[in-house]
Amino acid sequence: MNPFRRSPYVIAAAVLVYVFLYAPIVGLILYSFNASKANVTFEGFIPAYSEHVVMDGSLVKSSPCGPFHWYCELAKNNDVAEAAGNTLTIAFVATIISTIIGTMAAISLQRYNFRLKPFSQLSLYIPIVIPEIVMGIGILTLFSQVFGWLNDFLNLTGNARLSLGIVTVTVSHIAFMVPFVALVVQARLQGFDKSFEEAAMDLGANEWITFKRVTFPMILPGVLSGALLAFTLSLDDFVITFFTNGPGSTTLPIYVYGLLRRIITPQVNALSTVWILVVFLAVLTLQILQNREQKAHP
Amino acid sequence: MASEFAVEMRDVVKRFITPEGSEMAAVDHVTMRIRNGEFFSMLGSSGCGKTTSLRMIAGFEWPTEGEVYIEGQAMGHTPPFQRKVNTVFQSYALFQHMTVFQNVAFGLEMEGASKAEIDKRVGHALEMVQLTGMGRRKPKQLSGGQQQRVALARALVKTPDVLLLDEPLGALDLKLRKEMQLELKALQVQLGITFIYVTHDQEEALTMSDRIAVMSRGKVQQMGTPVEVYERPSNKFVADFIGESNFFEGKIKSLSKNEASVFVPGLNAEVTGMPISEGLVKGEEVVVCIRPEKIRVTEKTARAEGLFHGRVSNTVYIGADTHVFVDVHGTQFKVWEQNRISRLDPKSFYVVGQEVSLMLMPENTLVLKKD
Amino acid sequence: MLKRLRESKSAQGTLLALPTTMWLFVLLIIPLILTMIVSFGKRSPDGNVIYTFTLDNYVRLAGFSHDCPDGQATCFDPLYVNILVRSLSLALNTTVLVIALAYPLAYFIARAHPKQRNMYLFMVLIPLWTNFVIRVYAWMMLLRKEGAINIILGWIMHLLHIPFTPLEMLYTPGAVLVGMVYEFLPFMILPIYTSLEKIDNSLYEAAADLGANARRTFMRVTLPLSMPGVVAGTILVFIPVMGTFIVSDILGGRQVILVGNLIQRQFLDARDPTFGSAASLILMVMTLIVTYFYTRKFGFGEEIVVA
Repeated sequence: MNPFRRSPYVIAAAVLVYVFLYAPIVGLILYSFNASKANVTFEGFIPAYSEHVVMDGSLVKSSPCGPFHWYCELAKNNDVAEAAGNTLTIAFVATIISTIIGTMAAISLQRYNFRLKPFSQLSLYIPIVIPEIVMGIGILTLFSQVFGWLNDFLNLTGNARLSLGIVTVTVSHIAFMVPFVALVVQARLQGFDKSFEEAAMDLGANEWITFKRVTFPMILPGVLSGALLAFTLSLDDFVITFFTNGPGSTTLPIYVYGLLRRIITPQVNALSTVWILVVFLAVLTLQILQNREQKAHP
Repeated sequence: MASEFAVEMRDVVKRFITPEGSEMAAVDHVTMRIRNGEFFSMLGSSGCGKTTSLRMIAGFEWPTEGEVYIEGQAMGHTPPFQRKVNTVFQSYALFQHMTVFQNVAFGLEMEGASKAEIDKRVGHALEMVQLTGMGRRKPKQLSGGQQQRVALARALVKTPDVLLLDEPLGALDLKLRKEMQLELKALQVQLGITFIYVTHDQEEALTMSDRIAVMSRGKVQQMGTPVEVYERPSNKFVADFIGESNFFEGKIKSLSKNEASVFVPGLNAEVTGMPISEGLVKGEEVVVCIRPEKIRVTEKTARAEGLFHGRVSNTVYIGADTHVFVDVHGTQFKVWEQNRISRLDPKSFYVVGQEVSLMLMPENTLVLKKD
Repeated sequence: MLKRLRESKSAQGTLLALPTTMWLFVLLIIPLILTMIVSFGKRSPDGNVIYTFTLDNYVRLAGFSHDCPDGQATCFDPLYVNILVRSLSLALNTTVLVIALAYPLAYFIARAHPKQRNMYLFMVLIPLWTNFVIRVYAWMMLLRKEGAINIILGWIMHLLHIPFTPLEMLYTPGAVLVGMVYEFLPFMILPIYTSLEKIDNSLYEAAADLGANARRTFMRVTLPLSMPGVVAGTILVFIPVMGTFIVSDILGGRQVILVGNLIQRQFLDARDPTFGSAASLILMVMTLIVTYFYTRKFGFGEEIVVA
């Protein structure tokens, strides 16, 4: 019926790419049920439930959690809980701050003219055109120099000494998240018809009420997608965190990386599976909410 | 040429699935025969099936049932690029990444024309639409009217048997649109090729067309020359859609080949008119239709034959004409009076409340089927 | 003061943009300047920075060393130059492969029924939401000698009665390439999709109407109009690949050393921040040069923001 239907080659290529995208994830999830502690070969599922963990060499014969043995081990792992807590704290705080200041910057860049504008606009592209590692070591250098100098100058000792930690990670995350928020919101503002605002002002609303009642509700979808993007960037970040974290501010990616360099048990897979599931469900919920919102207010 | 007809649609049906999941016939058993060299318009409001019909001729859509013939050849599922018809799109669909010249040359390149020939024919086409010297510009650098001309040149350079135009003037302002209407018509006469023109603008259709198909809800309501569709609308829809009309409902009292007498309760009188719709029978509920410019208003006279007496309820002066609204037994007539005498002359117009008589000529009074 | 602010549009604009601009200035621009200063410094014996002005680090990067085995004053060893060239060629190969994989899929999604497009896009994004590190780890499991790929290949070969010895895939340049392609594929699919989706259907119809068949419509209309997406995707893929060190660290073992690994080791194992800073600046300059010439040729991709 459709004269422009897709050719079978395109469909075949698309299927292959999807297989490529999903094969590693399927493997990852499968191995989280591995009976082998070494997790090199897949030795089958853990066959049975028992009161205590029964091992045969590196094989788990039975466990209180049965096939979900590694998930139970994961739940008992305090390091993981701490890392997850750090990751979420950093992501939430950084998302809130970067969404607020990024939206402000987007409005400013789209609506106002001021002397600093070209510089402000240009600075938004820095995280896109400069490799993350360059920023990472730059920020590390900045913090270590400034902290060293301040510690000496203020004669700080012991716990009072400034050092890398959860604050430095959060502050650095905001630095690479803000531009994305600002650019996404700016893109939404570009398609925004100014006559809506003019109409509001014409009807007697001042600038603030116009912003609150007209502009903000209309750019809200853009702000939300900017925030979502920023949040995922923060959760996913490894490089910047790697250079700016300190004792006690380990995030999940850093924790997993640490494990990969030592010994890998199926616990890592269990962690990954839970991670994928949580993110998947979170995004799905968000999508459904957004769809419902769109249906309610088309 | 192989066939008398440039394009023929035989009992064509096009069904779509709507977003709600139900089926809808956008084009419902349409049959049209478009002659060679004709300027043919499909006229109707949005959703009437005119654009879908055009797209089936172009080959962008294929009929669910029925068949489209071009030059006598059944088109079946022939793709657009193998049909000898070309389209001027409503949105112009100019390739923004190409210059004007490259846009116009595109179709010739697809034919494998030589570079020299392309240069010659593109130059000629641009000259025809008065865009000589604009070849190097990008479409974005042109005004709306110029873009429209590029779209026209791009289609015409292929020397199609039939040129399809999908509301090509819709985006232009009124003055430019009127100019382009005359230009398009002149171009069509000069080139002698068949134009199939889709529009919702009745004036545009009346101005340019040799024949018009008035469409509504996927069906052709009437097909005929501009004079036919205006003077002899075949049903109430056409009479209402094209021009303005006074409609009165009534019942046929007596009926002959050339004359019908209809009792109109709203006027409490019998009206004599021409039976237009086919298959009218005595006693049928019908609609009587009179065009406002075909009614004559006079100061109240005693002669009763074919006259209605009423009172002027409102007058609207619009320069060339005055629209007079007359109340007859609670029924409103609208009458257009041409201002042959200067309005500055106090005798030239009727005042509100004045008693007047209306004269209806039976040959201008049309008796139509109810929808 | 408040009154002045209310009246001055430019003051309002400055104030609104100020937090972001300051944040970026302090955390992105000052660090870059610091990196530059450090790169001209010297390493103290305990691994700290002595601020002077010397080009030693750059000379060393270029391959000239004062620390020669057989007592020569200077000798030449293109070790670091090789690393730079390897990183550059890996980034180019990755980008080309990613385009080759991403384009058909983006095209498939863009030409799908509008109702299904979101689902197909969602399916592209799901792998992206698992963590970067986790994705590399997943490939490590697939590629190792006892991994899934060798197992499946083994089955196939067994069915075909061909003797099979498991392939050594992990810790090879190929493994790093596959890992990079996998990591950055979605960043190419999204912008290409966006630019394809923007192409109005009437343009395809116009091309067909003017006599172009499917292949020529693709070459003359679809491909040129989707170039902004390809350009944006290239920037989003090429630059991070140049600086990534985890993929090569985990999938390349000690076999595949890229600039990223070099820099990382200077800051952790070798503790020579001055040399690391110099390498990092060179990396930045290299990516900027490539990006500059690339975007000058093809224009800066508008789609970059949407992705």
